[in-house]
Amino acid sequence: MQRLRKYGFVAGFLAVPVALYSVFVISPYIQAFQISLTDWNGYKSRLHYVGFDNFTRLFGDEVFWRALRNHGILLLVLPLVTVVIALFFAFLLNLGGGSRGAGMKGIWGSKFYRVVFFFPQVLAVAVVGVLFKAVYRPDESGVINGALIKLGFDPVGWLIEPNLALWAILAVMIWQAVGFYVVLFSAGMAAIPKDYFEAAALDGAGRVRLFFSITLPLLRDTIQVGWVYLGIAAFDGFALILVLAGDKGEPDGATTVLPVEIWKTAFTYSKVGYASAMGVVLFFLTVTFAVLTLRTTRRERIEL
Amino acid sequence: MAMPRPARPRPSMLGGLSHVALFIWALLIILPLLWTFLASFKNNTEIFGDALQLPGQLRLDAWGRAWDKAHVGQYMLNTVIVVFFSTLGTMLFGSMAAYVLARYQFFGNKVIYYLFVAGMAFPIFLALGPLFFVVLQLGLLNSHVGLILVYIAYSLPFTVFFLAAFFRTLPDAVAEAAAIDGASHTRTFFQIMLPMAKPGLISITIFNVLGQWNQYLLPLVLLTDDKDKWVITQGIADISTIAGYEADWPSLFAALCMAIIPVMIVYIIFQRQIQSGLGAGTLK
Repeated sequence: MQRLRKYGFVAGFLAVPVALYSVFVISPYIQAFQISLTDWNGYKSRLHYVGFDNFTRLFGDEVFWRALRNHGILLLVLPLVTVVIALFFAFLLNLGGGSRGAGMKGIWGSKFYRVVFFFPQVLAVAVVGVLFKAVYRPDESGVINGALIKLGFDPVGWLIEPNLALWAILAVMIWQAVGFYVVLFSAGMAAIPKDYFEAAALDGAGRVRLFFSITLPLLRDTIQVGWVYLGIAAFDGFALILVLAGDKGEPDGATTVLPVEIWKTAFTYSKVGYASAMGVVLFFLTVTFAVLTLRTTRRERIEL
Repeated sequence: MAMPRPARPRPSMLGGLSHVALFIWALLIILPLLWTFLASFKNNTEIFGDALQLPGQLRLDAWGRAWDKAHVGQYMLNTVIVVFFSTLGTMLFGSMAAYVLARYQFFGNKVIYYLFVAGMAFPIFLALGPLFFVVLQLGLLNSHVGLILVYIAYSLPFTVFFLAAFFRTLPDAVAEAAAIDGASHTRTFFQIMLPMAKPGLISITIFNVLGQWNQYLLPLVLLTDDKDKWVITQGIADISTIAGYEADWPSLFAALCMAIIPVMIVYIIFQRQIQSGLGAGTLK
């Protein structure tokens, strides 16, 4: 009776969440794999299987490769730049105050900086996108170009130049992401025992040395997690591109990434099967990226 | 023992430089937001003129136009309704699932738990296409109910993951005492365990409110047709497009401010919980 009551309770509590999750999350993902093997256009009532045709076509698709290349750039540059900037700021905020008195101190005003830096993280991607569309305007009405003209430079077509647009969008992603990683790395740094720094400072190590010899090695795990998260964020960064560059990856496909192509192929061209094949490729890329990052950066854990 | 350096001049230089670096980054964040705020008081000529100019006078009409004509008020109300119910649902179902998965042994426990947790790593756009048709077949397309259910489903992985970790840390003795006193499992959960889990619940509630408030892709796919039902992020993206051919840029900026300010207030009040909530989720 007791057992029966327990199982009844467990089943009762799990029923709704598991049902919702299966219907709206699990089943679409499974269907995506299934649809990727068909030429479904979103209207036909029966699925027509075409085997791996979609995938073979994908490898001859120029747009696909361009999207993949842009993706590679995002995947490399976004984590690298964000982690470096965030580490630098986190170090300054937590330990930049020097070693006067008992233990290491944060820099003056570090609390204020932390609050400000983190704020872009809570803004909606749609809002950030629209905001930066105005900031990046190609004439003097854009903030950056307005300042450039004042200083006597020529205005730059941030989102218009094909060679520049992707980098301009990347800058916005970094702008939004840095604060989160400052907070993340700060938490990691707070967990490093203070005596380590004191001992090293007594031995005459400067702040630069403290950073490279103590903070960086001891923060390895946190940085690694941050790297994986940023890689996934790069895969997800497409909502921003959709707002800033439109679904054609303006200018002239220069900023297109795989998710944008998937979106366009599925919802504008109604080639749902083909779009799903791209999605599946992307899915495996994401998984490979995460596994590779964790593998290559894994090392003996340093016990504190 | 190293020699103490005489009157180290370098650190103060370094200290000065690091202040400059931090200050510049802070400016990079504050200035675009401040500029947006000021632009909402400008008129079209000023907006298309020198970007670094202050508004000539304090014009409030753009805010009125954004609220009425661009339906920001309506979008805001829709978002509040959707986010209220979806966060409520997420917290209720998420904590129920997390609780039994964390504290009860039964067949399939591990499988269900990892199925939920794996959801955090799935790239969402892979599901967007099929999800559209799932919601269509259920007859929930272009409805708030559909959007709420989808929000709940997609918020469950992180919520379950986070709260399960939290419920595991709660002491067994209390639950056992309640059972001896004759409290049912359900009653133990609602009257004893939930109140004990309050700090975790608060963090994750704020996290979900922000995440769902800012969601753009899901409404874009699921609420396409019916403009009256749109949420604020869709509204902003749409006003941005409309501003192009109706040439009403001040109200675009006013609408942006209206979307930013509530988030900013929530953020300033709860920033400690938000930062710790997001950080804890990543570190586990």
